[in-house]
Amino acid sequence: MTNSDTHPTNGAAAATLLSVGLGGLVLGILALAGDALPAVAKALNIWNPTGPLAGVTLAAILVWLATWLVLARLWSARTLNMSLVGGVSAAMILAGLLLTFPPFMDLLQGK
Amino acid sequence: MEITFRDAVTVIHGMGFGALLLLAFSGAAAALYALSSSSTPWRPSGRDVILLRSYFWGMALLAWLAVLAGAYVVYPWYRAHPPAGAVDLSGFPKALLMSSPATSEWHDIGMEWKEHLAWFSPISLTAVAWLVGRYATALKEMKGVRNTVVGLLVLGFFATAVPGFFGAMLNKYAPVRGGPNIVLMRGEAHDK
Repeated sequence: MTNSDTHPTNGAAAATLLSVGLGGLVLGILALAGDALPAVAKALNIWNPTGPLAGVTLAAILVWLATWLVLARLWSARTLNMSLVGGVSAAMILAGLLLTFPPFMDLLQGK
Repeated sequence: MEITFRDAVTVIHGMGFGALLLLAFSGAAAALYALSSSSTPWRPSGRDVILLRSYFWGMALLAWLAVLAGAYVVYPWYRAHPPAGAVDLSGFPKALLMSSPATSEWHDIGMEWKEHLAWFSPISLTAVAWLVGRYATALKEMKGVRNTVVGLLVLGFFATAVPGFFGAMLNKYAPVRGGPNIVLMRGEAHDK
C-alpha cells in the first residue's frame, strides 16, 4: 500500500472504473444480440413502446451497479494497479462503444 | 406562437437536459484542472468540496433525466408504427425517415447508435460524481484516480455530444410532433 495514511486507497476508484467498463461491455453485447437474434430481441422487449432498448439498458445498468457494489466491498480498503484496471476497463468500454455502432454491428453480422 | 406537447417534451429532453449538460462539461473540466494540477496552489475547503460534489451530481442527474426522457417518453413517439396504407407519415418520424433513401441513414446510423450510446453518459457521469466526492482533495497526488476521472468525463462528453448531434439532426428531418397545442403567445397574421 502507498500513501494509505494520508490519502484514501485507490481500490474504490478501481471498482468504479471496472464496473463502468463491464456495464458498457454488457450494453454493447446486448445491443448487438438484440439486433442480430430475434429471440434475444423478444426476450429484451420488456416494455413494448421502446422495443428491446428497455431490456438492453436495464440489464446493463443492473450489471454495472451490482459489479460496482461487489467490487467496492472487496477492494475499497486495497490499493490496486490502476494501469492494469484502467487498461482492462478501457478495452471493455471501447468494445462496448464499438458494439453499439451500427456499421460495426452490420459488419459482425455480415450485412 | 404555438408548440405541440410532443415538441415541448422533445425540447425539454434535448435542450433542457442534453444541451445544459453539454454546457456543464466546460465547468467540469475547469474544476478538475483546478483540483488536479500541481501548478495550482488551490486546496478546496469543506464548502468547496460540497459545491463541487453538487455540481458533478447535478451533471449526473441531467444525464439520467436526458436518457430517461428520451428512451421512455420521446422514443416511443418516434418509433410508433403508422397504420397500414398511411400516406401522411409526419406523425411517425421513424417511418418517415425510413421511407426515403435520402433520410434512412439518419435512422439506421443516427438513432440506432444514439439510443444505445447515450446510456454511457449517465453511467460514466455517476461514476465521476462519486469519485470527485470521495477523492476531491486527493486528486493532485493520486495520478491513477485522476486519470480515471478524466477518462470517464471524456467518455461522458462523447456519449452526450454524439447523441445530441444526431438528436438535433433527426429532429430537423423528422420532428417528433403531435398532441395538444400549447399556446406560448398570441400574434397576428401579416405579410411582412
